[in-house]
Amino acid sequence: MEYTLLILLLPFLSFLLLGITGMRMKPAVAGAIGTIVLGAVTLLSYLTAFLYFGGGRNEEGVYPALTPYNMEWLPFNGNLHIDLGILLDPISILMLVVISTVSLMVHIYSFGYMKGEKGFQRYYAFLSLFTFSMLGLVVATNIFQMYIFWELVGVSSYLLIGFYYTKPEAIAASKKAFIVTRFADLGFLIGILIYGYYTGTFSFQPGMEVIAGADGPTAAMTLLPASALRVLPVALGLMFVGGAGKSAMFPLHIWLPDAMEGPTPVSALIHAATMVVAGVYLVARMFPLFIGYAPEVLHWVAYIGAFTALYAAIVACVQSDIKRVLAFSTISQIGFMMVGLGVCTSMLPHEGGLGYMAGMFHLFTHAMFKALLFLGAGAIIHAVHSNEMSTMGGLRKYMPITHITFLIACLAISGIPPFSGFFSKDEILTAAFEFSPFIGWTMSFIAALTAFYMFRLYYCIFWGKENKELHTAHTPHEAPLSMTFPLMFLAAVTCVAGFIPFGEFVSSNGEAYVIHLNTQVAVTSVCIAIVSILIATCMYMRRKQTFADKLAHTFKTLHTAAYHRFYMDEIWLFVTKKIIFRCISTPIAWWDRHVIDQFFNFIAWGTDATADEIRNMQNGSIQSYCIWFLSGAVILTIMLLLI
Amino acid sequence: MNYFQFLDMIPEVSLIAIIMVLFLYDLFTEGKSRRYFQLTACILLGIHLIVNIQPDGYTQLFGGMYQSSPIAHAMKSILTLGTLIVVLQANNWLRRGDTRHKQGEFYMLLLSTLLGMFFMISAGHFLMFFIGLELASVPMACLVAFDKYKQHSAEAGAKYILSALFSSGLMLYGISFIYGTIGTLYFRDIPAGLTGSPLQIMSLVFFFAGLGFKISLVPFHLWTADAYQGAPTTVTSYLSVISKGSAVFVLMMVLVKVFGAMMEQWHPMLYIVIIATITIGNLFAIRQQNLKRFMAFSSISQAGYIVLAVMGGNAIGMTSLAFYVLVYIAANLAAFGVINIIEQKSRGKVDIEDYNGLYQTNPKLCFIMTLALFSLAGIPPFAGFFSKFFVFVSAFNGGNFWLVFIALLNTVISLFYYLKIVKAMYILPNDAPIATIKSDSYTRLSLVICTAGILGFGIFSAIYESLYYFSIVSL
Repeated sequence: MEYTLLILLLPFLSFLLLGITGMRMKPAVAGAIGTIVLGAVTLLSYLTAFLYFGGGRNEEGVYPALTPYNMEWLPFNGNLHIDLGILLDPISILMLVVISTVSLMVHIYSFGYMKGEKGFQRYYAFLSLFTFSMLGLVVATNIFQMYIFWELVGVSSYLLIGFYYTKPEAIAASKKAFIVTRFADLGFLIGILIYGYYTGTFSFQPGMEVIAGADGPTAAMTLLPASALRVLPVALGLMFVGGAGKSAMFPLHIWLPDAMEGPTPVSALIHAATMVVAGVYLVARMFPLFIGYAPEVLHWVAYIGAFTALYAAIVACVQSDIKRVLAFSTISQIGFMMVGLGVCTSMLPHEGGLGYMAGMFHLFTHAMFKALLFLGAGAIIHAVHSNEMSTMGGLRKYMPITHITFLIACLAISGIPPFSGFFSKDEILTAAFEFSPFIGWTMSFIAALTAFYMFRLYYCIFWGKENKELHTAHTPHEAPLSMTFPLMFLAAVTCVAGFIPFGEFVSSNGEAYVIHLNTQVAVTSVCIAIVSILIATCMYMRRKQTFADKLAHTFKTLHTAAYHRFYMDEIWLFVTKKIIFRCISTPIAWWDRHVIDQFFNFIAWGTDATADEIRNMQNGSIQSYCIWFLSGAVILTIMLLLI
Repeated sequence: MNYFQFLDMIPEVSLIAIIMVLFLYDLFTEGKSRRYFQLTACILLGIHLIVNIQPDGYTQLFGGMYQSSPIAHAMKSILTLGTLIVVLQANNWLRRGDTRHKQGEFYMLLLSTLLGMFFMISAGHFLMFFIGLELASVPMACLVAFDKYKQHSAEAGAKYILSALFSSGLMLYGISFIYGTIGTLYFRDIPAGLTGSPLQIMSLVFFFAGLGFKISLVPFHLWTADAYQGAPTTVTSYLSVISKGSAVFVLMMVLVKVFGAMMEQWHPMLYIVIIATITIGNLFAIRQQNLKRFMAFSSISQAGYIVLAVMGGNAIGMTSLAFYVLVYIAANLAAFGVINIIEQKSRGKVDIEDYNGLYQTNPKLCFIMTLALFSLAGIPPFAGFFSKFFVFVSAFNGGNFWLVFIALLNTVISLFYYLKIVKAMYILPNDAPIATIKSDSYTRLSLVICTAGILGFGIFSAIYESLYYFSIVSL
């Protein structure tokens, strides 16, 4: 499977080509190059998935992890070295499929959405770079390679969020995203270094050294030293901090809503399907270590995920900007995935390991329907030229395709069968109930909130009161085919993805696992979802939303606080600006400017002054030159005689 | 005595042949046919370089008066290359009205000094060495005073010859002590008689002072700035690289092979002199306004770096020394080439201020100058970085940590003043920058060679490795 190297190389070459010569191309040509390359990558990913899963299980009943390509890049000592390579196992292949599919859809969609934008070629170059980094991240053979691509993902998302670099909000948002995720990555890096130092390897299986045997490489198990066992939970926890930054877990979630300043297809790619699930992927990648050495850290992941999901769902209920609602909904759904992973108690899929499969399944289905929601939102924004829900309303007449596909996605995320979200969410809820009823009921409540705010969004956009003056001045119209095709494609995937026997392919220990619905949980969650939808229907479907306004008025404090995201941004600003900047940075800056700079100025001044002082030595008179000459020789002689 | 021994001194003999050919050419041609004088000289030097580029083995002639080793041979080739570049750059100046009729003299004098250096390098006896030294010094004074109707040049010539005589006298005094205490002047016999007595120490210091004059080490350097400023720029560039390079090489050869037993004495002497040279050269360079004076002090400080290689006292030191000289030739002659052509074409503008805004009118010259200055300052990836690096490594291996540290600190100062010129050329505004200059093909060729050297010498490790091989064989 050596050709898998092409999956990485193609987008990178496309980035170089478009980045260097893009400005001399016609926009359409640049877009076509990017899209065709991505199409090839998608085909290769599908081919890889087909061959890999078609290759069958080995005698232990799991799909073997393959490394078709590996290169020792930076050796430190015998064991500790950084490799660059490609690792194929069920979850990396799952991610390959997800990323390439969504990325291809975004590439196609952007043709219509970004048409006529300045910097169209640059946009496609950045998309290629992002796809390259993200693919490199998921196929990483070791934690350090993952980190390298992890940072590349950060950089390329920075470039994409700040694509409209003349817009101050976009600049601020891109900086915020970059700084917050970098701050979190500091934890990741420290975690990696601790991990590498104590376990003596950067590979994902410490204690497993690959020994080249006569018949191919075989893995030999060696025991980890006791010191490694002690620090592994710390290292894994720090790594999760990095994952929490990228996956927008509370309280590091603040960058994601702002990042909506980027072009909407970018939001679909980065903030729905790929980059934000990198943290989930990281936890899944380290899952055996979490289970084996730090189960309590893993449960903290679940608690943080649950709290984040709850927080984001409440905030999403009152936002007025369509993309912000989707952003908080994303945060909430990632919380679901984290809960799925975090509630696992063992590697066995039938006893406590169900959550792993559920989390990854939800990652897959969510990527599809959330990308669909974002792209649909893009089409709507494209039509009404605004993000505010108040400018929409009654759009179902004008945009039938967008309407239907958006509805499908809303039903999926609310957990209505037979759409894909129902199946994955149901598995997560089952796993959560197995772990603890409290978490289970919390997650059910969040699921209810999800259904509520999604349908609030849906009714406000497509039903409700039409903004007549705005719509007569500029009649909304259906998007072009380049934009509606991805919508239809993703909607189709959303309809059928639930029936994929996902447990066949991905499970916590690799064994085949047949998904069977827990009837009790399924019926409960569907009922809750339907009730929520009905409430939303009553409140928002009509032209006048008296009840909603009244509620908002009654719980004014709560409403305002939720609208301002419970003042999390303000708290962060207070901590950084008032405490860190004023109490730590300012004195250090003073020290730097007054003590260190002055010290060097003093040295420079001293040099200059000395140069001025000794100039008389060179006075132009040959007699004095000879005196210097002679006395120099004499002094040297005397000195040598004395020592 | 076997007279065929003369033919074994291939570099010297072929150089004498060139001198004779040029002498006859100069003597018997008139008017138009003299046009090709310059071309002939360059071609002959080129042939000389190619013929001698392959070093032969270890030879000893005339009972040990003359001796040659592969590294000495390589050093001669390096010097020839430098001379060739200087001669290429001289073209413009030699065609000027007031020097036109003196072309023959110029070559006679120039090649005589080169011949003197060759003998100096290959000497196996102090008398032979002294004759070579004088042959390299006396015509040099004539060269410095070549524009004799210009006051600066004449004054510089006078200062040079007086200083040179003084240093020669001192050196001869030192050599006489050696003869007095040991009873021989043959290099190969001296080490056996060295005891480290006060008289021998004096002779060591006086000998060192004499060479220190040629290398312009502090405190024997005071003539440098005046002579460099007054001499015609071509001669200045020759003085700064060829004369200096040969002297440093001889210094190392003699200190290691003759005074090797007195290493404990000359080590601290070099230590002090190197620090003084690098630091004082730098401190003076900061203040200079005249580019030629500036280059004089820069070359003093560079001399300190070259002598740093002597501290190693082994094959690595010898290699890094030869390599440093080679790289220094490329970088310094590139800088002087630019200074020279600008001086010739702009009626004598050699102040740093004159270079303000040069980039607008002469981007290519500025580019070459920048490369040269970066290389002199030792910025990677230019050759100057590698040469400094090797010198530091050889000194560091000898255990001279503080010396290397001080030298490193000084590179910071040197970076400052080298960048001052770069700043003048690129950043400082000027309403009337020097007009666009069209250089002649000789100068262009020389600048291309230098640029190739600056970019290539460091990267092609084969050069360093072959020099290393020669040094190991020779020492």
